Amino acid sequence: MNTRTRVLILTVTGLMAATAIVGYTVNTRDAAAGASPTGRIDLATADTIVFRDTAPGPDFGHIASVPSAHPDAAPTVSSTLCDRFYAANGTAICLQRGGALPATYATVLDHSLHQVRQVKTAGFPNRARVSASGRMVSWTMFVQGDSYLSDDFSTRTAILDTKTGRLIDNVESIPLTLDGKPYQAADVNYWGITFAADDNTFYATVRTAGRTYLVQGDYRAWTARTLQENVECPSLSPDGTRIVFKKRVNASANRPWRLYVLDLRTMAETPLADEHSIDDQAAWLNNSTVMYGRPRQSGGDWDIWAVPADGGGAPRILIHDASSPTPLGTDTGP
Amino acid sequence: MYISSTRRNSPAPAVSVASASPAGLADPAEIVEAAPARADAASVPVPVPVPVRARVAVAPNVLALGSVSLVTDISSEMITAVLPMYVIFTLGLSPLQFGELNGLYFGITALVRLAGGHAADRWQRRKLVAGSGYALSAVCKLGLLAAGSSVSALGAVIAADRTGKGLRTGPRDALISLSSTPETLGRSFGVHRALDTVGAFLGPLAAFGLLLANPNHYDTVFVASFCIASFAVVMLALLVRDRTEAVDQANPVSLGAALRLLLLPRFRRVCIAALLLGVVALSDSFVYLLLQQRLDISAEYFPLLPLGTTASYLLLAVPFGHLADRVGRIRVFVGGYVALLSAYLMLFGPVGGVVLLLPTLALHGLFYAATDGVLMAAVGPMLPVQLRASGIALIQTGQSVALLASSVLFGAAWGRWGLHAALALAVASLAAAILAALWILPLAKESNT
Repeated sequence: MNTRTRVLILTVTGLMAATAIVGYTVNTRDAAAGASPTGRIDLATADTIVFRDTAPGPDFGHIASVPSAHPDAAPTVSSTLCDRFYAANGTAICLQRGGALPATYATVLDHSLHQVRQVKTAGFPNRARVSASGRMVSWTMFVQGDSYLSDDFSTRTAILDTKTGRLIDNVESIPLTLDGKPYQAADVNYWGITFAADDNTFYATVRTAGRTYLVQGDYRAWTARTLQENVECPSLSPDGTRIVFKKRVNASANRPWRLYVLDLRTMAETPLADEHSIDDQAAWLNNSTVMYGRPRQSGGDWDIWAVPADGGGAPRILIHDASSPTPLGTDTGP
Repeated sequence: MYISSTRRNSPAPAVSVASASPAGLADPAEIVEAAPARADAASVPVPVPVPVRARVAVAPNVLALGSVSLVTDISSEMITAVLPMYVIFTLGLSPLQFGELNGLYFGITALVRLAGGHAADRWQRRKLVAGSGYALSAVCKLGLLAAGSSVSALGAVIAADRTGKGLRTGPRDALISLSSTPETLGRSFGVHRALDTVGAFLGPLAAFGLLLANPNHYDTVFVASFCIASFAVVMLALLVRDRTEAVDQANPVSLGAALRLLLLPRFRRVCIAALLLGVVALSDSFVYLLLQQRLDISAEYFPLLPLGTTASYLLLAVPFGHLADRVGRIRVFVGGYVALLSAYLMLFGPVGGVVLLLPTLALHGLFYAATDGVLMAAVGPMLPVQLRASGIALIQTGQSVALLASSVLFGAAWGRWGLHAALALAVASLAAAILAALWILPLAKESNT
């Protein structure tokens, strides 16, 4: 093969490759355009479940809602895109990656999902929560590469007080009392905050030296103390008496967690009926039921499931192709 | 210690190794022992001299291999840049599961690397084996689409992609080594690594550009990556010339012969030292983590830190390859670890701000420029021509095992004694390993025959 032939073949293949790339990109772009959902969601609508729609197609990643009484009804899908979402009492938090350089935005939205405030942050959106009054907003990002081991991760958890506008970008600075003693370490990581009704007491997970603990924090005093070991992603019940959390039950990455409920008065733990490994900060549909995202089979393709909070009953599927379950105007009775 | 230039054309590398050991530590027994080992791998030929065009230019074949690596690296770094986002957001896997995907099948890829080197030598088809590796990785880009959200399928595709990389690296480096004049081996590898790094720079840009045009459509990135990787395979087929030796029927390349390479005294010493240094040198994230902690860099800019290392590596790869040719490759290799140690020490030092950031990243890049290609340039001439891919694959496998061991050991030390004690231990071990390497390694400037 002479040089000329080589150059010719190279040029032709190069052009073919370029054409294929441009063609595919334009084609995908056209297919994606025009089909965007435009439904209206109002957070003041009581008895609805708002969630992140993960059905493949144009609705993927959009915030949607269904009536609590008919979770299998066709959802109202909004134009709002979020990777993680939560809302309460007319305030929503939306975590979304965007931009050319991978930046992440934490956006506070009002009841009609219009932007109120946006914070630029970084990492993978992981947990998001709004206190029952709508005042205290918190979120957790996974920051990759922040930690030494590649298969390990570190987290950054922020608290935003929407009343005063004060933002605590990383709660790691909070003075921590571990097992009754003041504790300081470089490897402290917090995640999964849940606020109590007083908008001051909060619960979260802290991990240090390979162990995780449930901490109780005081926002105004800015202190935290550990309550119990092996508690992750706590979520406080509407009546403030119990916490649903994921407990590490398996040291390997194979089905590591199970949902438990912790009674804050007795500190007794009850395993819930779903034996699948759940990696989510669950939400309380009402005082007797929790809901959470659960991956189908081995991963990916999430659905929202519900299970009784007393350890009895059986898990049931609530919404197909959905994550970030958010109860609105729920029944807070017994 | 400089060895007089008279040794430069010494035809007896084994002897020069022993006599060149610092402080006369090589005892006579070792020399005696070394002799039969050499005789055993008796086929050790003197590399066929390529027409000497030293100090003129890098061989066209090296440039061709460098261009193939550049284009391939664009393709693979596109994927590396977006895979975590794709897996975690579009597929909804947890970061824990993603971490597991990454560590899967490590043992298999290590074995394939060895097998690739061996196959290339056995049939003297280096280009073919390297080409299969490139082709396999190209197909895997489409495999990512096909795997969907199945964790096991995804794990298999990622492992196959790594297998392709493992398969091609040894034969490719052997080709570079065989295609260049012995005097300029360091520079040849420097040029190859510099081109490779350009690709690593462009890949993420290309990926983010595509995502900007088509937000959340990772499939466009995968398809583009596949097209680019396929083009690189065509480039390899058309531009790279294989270096084949007649297969010696009487003395076929066997697995045993490949393993007996470890009996070559110089090569063995280099392997031991490279492994030792590899185990105590912490992986890159360590440097970035410390920099971030010291400087309180906002998480948003954190992903930009590796670009500093890459830029420094890119700029220094050729000069340091050249330097290695002039003053001795093994010396420059050890010097690279001294640069890494200096980078660690700077992180503990009193200065902060840009004064800390830029020199640390520069030293970190220098570490790569002085060790990665330079080591391959150093071991090339120690290995017989028909076993070169095997030998290179052997030492590269050792390095990747060492890297894994380093992560595990450091992780354990961190968990047990806390971050700061683990760091102090790591710095002390690196210093000790450098001293040990100075004692183990044949530091004499390479003879170029």
